[in-house]
Amino acid sequence: MSFDVDAVRAQFPILKREIDGKPLIYLDNAATTQKPQCVIDALVDYYTTCNSNVHRGAHRLADEATRNFEAARDIIKDFMNAPKREEVIWTTGTTEGINIVANGLASLLSPEDEVIATQMDHHANLVTWQQACKASGATLRTIPVTDDGELDQAAYEAMLSEKTRFVAFPHVSNALGTINPIKEMTAKAKAVDALVLVDGAQGAAHGWVDVQDIDCDFYVLSGHKLYGPMGIGVLWGRESVLESWPVWRTGGEMISTVTLQDATWNVLPYRFEAGTPNVADAIAMGEAVRWFSALDQAGVAAHEKALLDHATKLAEEFEGLTIIGKAKSKIGVLSFVLDMGHPADIGFLLDRQGIAVRTGDHCAQPLMARFNVPGTARASFSIYNTLEEIDAFFAALKKVRTMLA
Amino acid sequence: MALPSTEDIIDDLSFFDDWEDKYKYIIDLGKSLPAFDDEWRTAERLVKGCQSSAWIQPGNAHDEKKGELLTFSVDSDAIIVRGLLGLVLAALDRKTPQEILDFDVSGYFEELDLERHLSPTRGNGLRSIVSRIKGIAQAAV
Repeated sequence: MSFDVDAVRAQFPILKREIDGKPLIYLDNAATTQKPQCVIDALVDYYTTCNSNVHRGAHRLADEATRNFEAARDIIKDFMNAPKREEVIWTTGTTEGINIVANGLASLLSPEDEVIATQMDHHANLVTWQQACKASGATLRTIPVTDDGELDQAAYEAMLSEKTRFVAFPHVSNALGTINPIKEMTAKAKAVDALVLVDGAQGAAHGWVDVQDIDCDFYVLSGHKLYGPMGIGVLWGRESVLESWPVWRTGGEMISTVTLQDATWNVLPYRFEAGTPNVADAIAMGEAVRWFSALDQAGVAAHEKALLDHATKLAEEFEGLTIIGKAKSKIGVLSFVLDMGHPADIGFLLDRQGIAVRTGDHCAQPLMARFNVPGTARASFSIYNTLEEIDAFFAALKKVRTMLA
Repeated sequence: MALPSTEDIIDDLSFFDDWEDKYKYIIDLGKSLPAFDDEWRTAERLVKGCQSSAWIQPGNAHDEKKGELLTFSVDSDAIIVRGLLGLVLAALDRKTPQEILDFDVSGYFEELDLERHLSPTRGNGLRSIVSRIKGIAQAAV
């Protein structure tokens, strides 16, 4: 098996689009990845052949929808190497997964407890813990980021104590691309008996997620950053923690028995899946993960590394460009500022040349403040990008800088 | 320097076939706007977009013939937005409140083929600045 970028590209219909007459060069993959035809087909097939509410219908369509929905859960379980399928909870995405955990945590914390998050977190993995701490009176501490864009491990170790109840950090920084040493960081938290959540929004699409190897208690991810649809994601939680974790939303599938004054909760995973689930997107996310897992993973990793290495080399040679985030271990993210022009100007003038990047604070305002920039322009690469596209990106960027001079 | 009239701007921009020339014109217009007083960069004057920010400071002037005029100083941290704000000022600065209310900014931007910049999703604050100017004019009539 080997990795053939042309064969992969051919499966993504959107990559044939043109923008103002120029071929689309999509470099905003950290925001969301594009979808292969098989994922689009899975959505259409579901609504064409077996749309039905799951778990409750006494008819063929409901049986088929339920079977496909639960089969998708098994695909995710295998992808994450989760010990049990009951630990795989469908959510609307990473943000909801974190909110489910943070909402429960708020009722478990005492004022003397401490929660640790990071300076590099996406707002979803920071503001949630701020709120949990405000509600409970607990203290929030944040791990600082070094000049290279890595988490300061010495500062983290110094922060850990018997007061530490919970630690949350990203697998990969969305704004910088830094891959954090999540296994080591989890082990340090476990040494003081703290629970650990890993925000895998940016990590899952760049390598295998093995929750048993990481040994964390929660791992959250989004389908849409993993070649799947928007509006679907997964919260994985360790069964021994989840089964007593306070429920968040109530109603529908999550209920076991109800009287007029009280209710009891269903078993895992349904206990956290209130209301009618997003069946079509869950099935299509299963298809996305099946599709991705079938690729030659060593080839994927080598291709993504080649893209990042090429982009970094060209960026270092580019006049007036400063890379924000130079961690030793990075995914294919190039976050940068130019000596002239605001990131919004850069993004706009690249768009006019058919190149899609993200600009702004990347929902990480404290991190932007840390680097003393209003925001950055961020090119983020995926398996279907090519070295030629990166060359075209830098040629376009050269034009941008000339125009802004 | 005095801003070009909207008629001149429409003429100038329709002359360019190339997007680069067009945006170079907008960038140059942004650079030519009078400097914005640093003391004015306060929360009340800020219109925060998710990608760039803009500031606006209203003022007054008197014209012998037309009477009381509204004036505006504007700024943005993004130069293209500053240029687009220059296009807005060409239409709405030093005008009577009624003239401001009567001016169709959307139609003007459509004529310039720049209407995408006024869409609510652009996150550049331009649309909010225009509605702020209209609101100030509304309060003054």
